[in-house]
Amino acid sequence: MTTAFLWFGSQQLVHLSTVDLVIIIFYFVLVLAIGFYLKERANTGEDFFMAGREMTAWIAGLSFLSANLGSLELMGWAGAAYQYGILAAHWYWIGAIPAMLFLALVMMPFYYISKTHSVPGYLKLRFGEASRALASVSFALMTVLMSGINMYSMALVLKIVLGWNINLSIWISSLTVAVYVALGGLRSAIFNEVLQFILIWAGALLIPILGLVEAGGWSSLKAQIAANASAEYTHLWSTLGSSSSNPMGIHWTGIVFGLGAIISFGYWTTDFLVVQRVLSAKDLRAAKMAPIIGAGFKMMVPFIVILPGLLALAVLPVKLAGENVAVTTGGHSYNEVLPLMLARYCGPGLLGLGITALIAGFMSGMAGNVSAFTTVWTYDIYRALINKVGTDKHYVTMGRASTVVGVLVSVGTAYLVMDFKSIMDYVQALFSFFIAPLYGTVLLGMLWKRATPAGGFWGLLAGTGSSIGMWAWVKVDPAALQYVALSAHARDMAENMYRALWSWIVCVLVTVIVSLLTQPKPESELKGLVYGVTEIPRENYVSTLHRPWFWAFVVGAVFVVLNIVFW
Amino acid sequence: MKPGGAISIWFFIGISLLVNGMLILGAGIYQLFYPPKQPVVLFHLHAAVWWGGILTAIGAAYCIYFAPGKGRG
Repeated sequence: MTTAFLWFGSQQLVHLSTVDLVIIIFYFVLVLAIGFYLKERANTGEDFFMAGREMTAWIAGLSFLSANLGSLELMGWAGAAYQYGILAAHWYWIGAIPAMLFLALVMMPFYYISKTHSVPGYLKLRFGEASRALASVSFALMTVLMSGINMYSMALVLKIVLGWNINLSIWISSLTVAVYVALGGLRSAIFNEVLQFILIWAGALLIPILGLVEAGGWSSLKAQIAANASAEYTHLWSTLGSSSSNPMGIHWTGIVFGLGAIISFGYWTTDFLVVQRVLSAKDLRAAKMAPIIGAGFKMMVPFIVILPGLLALAVLPVKLAGENVAVTTGGHSYNEVLPLMLARYCGPGLLGLGITALIAGFMSGMAGNVSAFTTVWTYDIYRALINKVGTDKHYVTMGRASTVVGVLVSVGTAYLVMDFKSIMDYVQALFSFFIAPLYGTVLLGMLWKRATPAGGFWGLLAGTGSSIGMWAWVKVDPAALQYVALSAHARDMAENMYRALWSWIVCVLVTVIVSLLTQPKPESELKGLVYGVTEIPRENYVSTLHRPWFWAFVVGAVFVVLNIVFW
Repeated sequence: MKPGGAISIWFFIGISLLVNGMLILGAGIYQLFYPPKQPVVLFHLHAAVWWGGILTAIGAAYCIYFAPGKGRG
């Protein structure tokens, strides 16, 4: 796709009325107003970077989830559901729920008790400066790049759906995010994420409701999908016995061990973009409840993302295609499922709210990236490596400046992606290089007191290196896919699953071996950081209904039932 | 404690739902009397009217319950 296409490209999908535009403009005004209102509460480092550590479990939990609802999330997974069927729901259920509950019950106490301000900050406390430097530099780089990709995706959607100028979309949305995050810091980002979360539901919930009415209910929908596509599209597990018997080309081991055990645990427990929201909780119980509340809502997100994709298979009169085919034929691509369904059911007013929901999703993801980048840059790179003696006020000023710079770099990335679209594939691969090994390092750091600083660093480096090596191997020799992904039929997603699994194993093995060969830290230095030498406060003072483990059990039970129902 | 100051985040959300709900409800009622030439699918269900009404009601309830000065949030 060329820049010229973006400027003069396809016909727009929907036409907005005056009331739709008023709703969209009101949204921008409100998020900016929140930023200006919270400016007075962002004067210290603790306020600006950690939101004063005073968020309730509900606010931290909804923000934790909202930061994840970025552009690729809403549009991409609705398109994936059209393309692969209900298998896409794995990324919301086994690919999220167990990890979120594990974060809440097992890992959160160490993050919270250590009083770290970031995940790289925890690595510094546990393994030393070298591990922090490696993790923070890679995280900062990947975060601004991902933010740029999100920005580009959003502008592209607004161009295709509304016919808006792509440059205008990029600059208005990015400057809005820059203003409200630079003014109010993490607190402003969190408040807006909660607002955006509510708007996403308010704007998107009508699509599955009206879609099910049109399709005649779930049973009738399944019959129509079986007729239009395949009966396999509505089964979650029963087609995963062989990678050649399901639309995604993946085996159940890839879903369970690659996605469920490694990628999701890596993302939900060590990606600072989401963990930062939970660290802002007012106390340990709120910090443990936040991911559980997030998990409860995460289980419901397929209703507004996956179900519209499935409904489109049944009710849309046109067939959607891949991006390249859609551009060549002038048709619609998989990624346009959500706007197409929106235009199908929503008239004036509702359409504006639906488009606002999409914009809110994009902006919450962007703000999440920017605020996480700002904290890691200021605390883990600037203060740790460049200026160790600045005042708190100086670091807040640096935080505000780095917010603006981070957004500008993201804008630059968006234009880079526009001209060299293949960069998007590479950056997403790059992002995956760091998540799985980092999870191995943090997990061993928290649960194994014998893990040493040298073990942590070399394990992280070896895991990341092996992941990059496997990726390059398949690029140079595509036949290597059968070794990396255990199947020559594997698609990109399946390859990512297995690459994550192997790199995690490499990280853990190297960490264990090097640790056993090197001197461990004395236990006195591990207090508050590692299981076995840290006293974790009990919640005996509250009733069962207020205890995290009780709600984790409830969410876990619903998760199991959902997987059985849609087996 | 209100994690942010005198105004609760839930009040902001109430404002958002109330304004959006009223705009959608208004647009839905207008279309009841002046139906569009090219109606959306399931237009006869008048989703804008009842969905706008629901958002308005929830928004108003949040605005009242979490109004600044009531100490909730």
